[in-house]
Amino acid sequence: MAWVNDIIQGILLGGLYALFAAGLSLIFGVMRLVNLAHGDLSLLAAYAALVIVGPLDINPFLSILAVMLLLAVFGYVLQRGLLNHALDAGPLPPILATFGLSVVIQNLLLEGFSADSKGLDAGRIEHQAITLSDQLAIGWFPLITTLTAVVVLLGLSLFLGRTRMGRAFRATSDNQQAAQLMGIDNRYLYGLAMAISLATVAIAGVFIGIRTTFSPSVGPARLIFAYESVIMGGLGSLWGTLVGGMLLGVAQTLGSHLSPGWGVLAGNLLFLAVLAFRPQGLFAKQVHE
Amino acid sequence: MSLLELADISAGYGSFQALFNVSLSVEEGETLAIIGANGAGKSTLLKTIAGLLRTAAEKVRFDGRPIGDLPAFERVSLGIALVPEGRWIFPSLSVHENLLVGAHSRRTGAWTTDKVYELFPLLGRIRDHQASSLSGGEQQTLAIGRGLMSNPRLLLLDEVSLGLAPIVVAELYRAIPAIAASGTTVLVVEQDIGQALKVADRVACLLEGSVALQGLAGEITREQISRAYFGM
Repeated sequence: MAWVNDIIQGILLGGLYALFAAGLSLIFGVMRLVNLAHGDLSLLAAYAALVIVGPLDINPFLSILAVMLLLAVFGYVLQRGLLNHALDAGPLPPILATFGLSVVIQNLLLEGFSADSKGLDAGRIEHQAITLSDQLAIGWFPLITTLTAVVVLLGLSLFLGRTRMGRAFRATSDNQQAAQLMGIDNRYLYGLAMAISLATVAIAGVFIGIRTTFSPSVGPARLIFAYESVIMGGLGSLWGTLVGGMLLGVAQTLGSHLSPGWGVLAGNLLFLAVLAFRPQGLFAKQVHE
Repeated sequence: MSLLELADISAGYGSFQALFNVSLSVEEGETLAIIGANGAGKSTLLKTIAGLLRTAAEKVRFDGRPIGDLPAFERVSLGIALVPEGRWIFPSLSVHENLLVGAHSRRTGAWTTDKVYELFPLLGRIRDHQASSLSGGEQQTLAIGRGLMSNPRLLLLDEVSLGLAPIVVAELYRAIPAIAASGTTVLVVEQDIGQALKVADRVACLLEGSVALQGLAGEITREQISRAYFGM
């Protein structure tokens, strides 16, 4: 029974990873940009929520919309002002640019908020659970997190699948020059993609901030989990990212069950196994060129 | 006033120059064929018109307006559509979605998905297929249909016949008079002279990056074309 509980907790943890990784998956899919600052941007969102929640004394859930808007605007400006130029210069400069951004964000957060751990307090909901049996309980907060992840992924896939701009995203992902010939302004589109990506990071950042304490230096460690989810699921597949995140979550909780130190290790081993036996990921989009 | 006026265009890629002082004009409503051998600069010329390559603004005038420095996506909304060599269809999208993306600029006019399916019944039959599964001929048909979806005033067709069976090429060329009849000015670039001459009102021959011959399709002899084509 304890195993069943672990697996359920792992799946719910995976929902959080998927929520966090969705934006990364979108950005890579649309513009082949490897965003190394993704983890730090989620921290930026958490600290932004902290700043809003503190003086207003409101529940962090209520700050999410404002943080989303803030990060979306930041993402658009960042893309148009910096990353588009980096993308013009070839595949390597954008990686360096986001690495630099990661360092800058970490240090600014350190300067502004010190190295002390902070947390977002969502109140009683953090500790309430649906008890199914003595050993089986589903926490409300992890459940809400996972449902939010599903809603975000559903929203993203409806946007990509059904709307005019969504089609433009996919066309640009297929062939950027051809998309321009259809009248698609790829610089604006990339700006929009980064805005959407960071809006989802904002949600993830606040949720992670409620779940655990955070300090300015934990971004890169989070980034690894996001990339493991995306790559295990298959690059470019949003639902693959959800499954990838859940597999990672389950591996980590089962690992921790064996020995408290083995959680992260088990996740990384699973990731390596996927890389070794199915390097394209589990749900890689099959496109024949 | 001509629909398109190219004045003294020199263009190329890096240190390689493909076009040398090319001047050319295209009248509204006509079908112009630009022919020439491999490497004569035909595709480069089309890229310069479509905006994939940019020049000084006044070197390319569209409807009198200088557009040489505009990016490709802005020229689409003015009414220039390029069907590129190699088709460049969107492989992960369905046939129908490819057409819808073609209409991204929201230019209105005679061409809708229904009209395109009417012109190319083949596309209607495979509208839900993923574009990556199409044959070369189907891809080329889709690329032309997609180009029409922006309701262009000027449609640029680059090497429609490339790599396709003669029967497929003939099928595609049969659609060009219908496209021209809808009021669209058509500029075809071809190595296949026979096909080009059949649909064109006027012909221009490029040789090593310069215009070697221009004239009405009916008045130019095969011999003149061969000479201009091979530079003899």
